Amino acid sequence: MRLWIAFWNILLKDMRTYYLKPPNISWGLLFPVAWTAMFFIKSGKGLDSILALLPGVVALSILFGTTSMLAVTVTFEKKNRSFERLLLAPIPLELLMLAKTGGAVVFGVANAFVPVLMALFLADLSQVNWIVFVPAVFMIAVASTFLGLFIAVAVSEVFEAQTFSNFFRFPMIFLCGLFFPIEKLPVFLKPLSYILPLTYGADMLHGAVHGRQSMPFPLDTALLGGFCVGLFAVSLWNIKRKWIL
Amino acid sequence: MNEVIAVEGLSKRFGQVQAVSGLSFTVHRGELFGFLGPNGAGKTTTINMLTGLARPDMGTIRIGGIDCTQRPRAAQHLIGVVPDESNLYPELTGFENLCFCAALYGLGKAERQERARRLLDQFGLAQAANRKFGGYSKGMKRKLTIAAGIIHQPEILFLDEPTTGIDVAGARHIRQLIADLHKAGTTIFLTTHYIEEAERLCGRIAFIVSGRIVRTDTVERLIQSVRDKHVVQITCSKMPDDMGTRLSQFFPGLELTSQGRESIRVEAGEPIRVGPLVRFLEDQGAEVAEARRMRPSLEDVFVQITGIEAHAMGQEQEKEKAGAG
Ligand SMILES: Nc1ncnc2c1ncn2[C@@H]1O[C@H](COP(=O)(O)OP(=O)(O)OP(=O)(O)O)[C@@H](O)[C@H]1O
Ligand SMILES: [Mg+2]
Repeated sequence: MRLWIAFWNILLKDMRTYYLKPPNISWGLLFPVAWTAMFFIKSGKGLDSILALLPGVVALSILFGTTSMLAVTVTFEKKNRSFERLLLAPIPLELLMLAKTGGAVVFGVANAFVPVLMALFLADLSQVNWIVFVPAVFMIAVASTFLGLFIAVAVSEVFEAQTFSNFFRFPMIFLCGLFFPIEKLPVFLKPLSYILPLTYGADMLHGAVHGRQSMPFPLDTALLGGFCVGLFAVSLWNIKRKWIL
Repeated sequence: MNEVIAVEGLSKRFGQVQAVSGLSFTVHRGELFGFLGPNGAGKTTTINMLTGLARPDMGTIRIGGIDCTQRPRAAQHLIGVVPDESNLYPELTGFENLCFCAALYGLGKAERQERARRLLDQFGLAQAANRKFGGYSKGMKRKLTIAAGIIHQPEILFLDEPTTGIDVAGARHIRQLIADLHKAGTTIFLTTHYIEEAERLCGRIAFIVSGRIVRTDTVERLIQSVRDKHVVQITCSKMPDDMGTRLSQFFPGLELTSQGRESIRVEAGEPIRVGPLVRFLEDQGAEVAEARRMRPSLEDVFVQITGIEAHAMGQEQEKEKAGAG
């Protein structure tokens, strides 16, 4: 009970002070529209391609939404020392970091459904397998949040966190099979695809939306889950090593 | 179990800097223990190690009987910390900040709000309760940071330089609050570089210089060592240059130190008669503006033990004296 109160209030505070701010909300809305429009114009195929584009736009909305928030909720709070207050509280570090990242996961999931809602008006989504789609969205949100956390604790300045996340984010757009199938990538880039967590999330989304996936669903889930655990563990280790001096 | 904090051989190095070396001390239940030392002495580093924000290189720490050496955050439910710089959330109001801090310790909503209101009242911040912390003045920030450190009513409170940078009235109020907390039974570990503050508040004091404790004792016992010393401070508006030499020839039993061009400090092991001193000075062409007997203070002990001149401990202290006097 005691720990739950702490957990919930940390989450709630982040939601109130960071996530529910008008700039973030409008960003969350604008972003998917911009991506959709960009690929729409580029592919020039008209409304039919909405379903083909949806997994990519959903994944990017989550990726950008979550990773950019961690730079604020973690790096910024570390910089202005309010993070110390959390470290002084009698809460296990694991729980503390789950509370700090929980808000970003929720924000990521919410961001994912913005393009879905828009697509509802433009295309027929009846064939989408929601039982796979929803867990996939959740897992991508968790994995990219923990990727954001990994970056946020590896640096000490907010701008470094932003720069460093772009270093991960932009290659991911092209290497994870979101818009360009991995099979069509040059041979030397393929191994890179398979060490990026988003590759497996993208595969799940493709499977859920138009049934073309390259790996079995449980394998995707297991690998993505492995990335989540790994990134979280490395981040905790980094906090213990670098922030508890 | 009466030793609430027990530290043995504590050391910490940052690169080239040996911040703290071989500290050993104990703090008893209900005690107000002071850590007095100049800038860079290692006070904050010590607090960080005691509160789980830093890991010692060597030594052991026990807080409330819990061994925190291997698990730095093991005793955090027992302690409250007021850091040297405010670390509350600028975008939350004073009230929200306090409620949030209370929630970190698992207090329920009604209790959080009740305690937050009471503390805001007690700290004279009720008017500012619904203003953003970011817009608070330095003194208000300091007070709210202290309130946030005690909202969960910790057994042991760490205060890192609670009055630094605060005006005289504010500092006095904060000292009163600290004294009240102590009376109410909280064990307090306080760092400061104000000698007078340590003397006024603390029961026992450790002098820390360059990462080492040079002396730990009760305030009475520390002052005892200078109690038999008598000091007179003489201020002249006009004084011939070689006055010091002339004085020491005429009064061989006195120890004289000139402080600047206008002031002489006279010390002796027995009561000093001021009259002959003043008469001699006037005869020699000096114009005496003031001659004052000084009560021996902790300052004298500090200077004697550490060799550090008290005025080197920070200008704010001087400012404060000027304001108070
Ligand atoms: N994180 C750090 N990295 C490098 N050096 C540090 C670090 N923290 C403290 N130091 C060094 O350790 C020494 C002790 O610093 P500390 O902050 O403990 O002193 P202090 O007594 O609190 O001083 P002040 O009165 O100025 O607050 C200083 O020389 C300081 O430069
Ligand atoms: Mg300090």
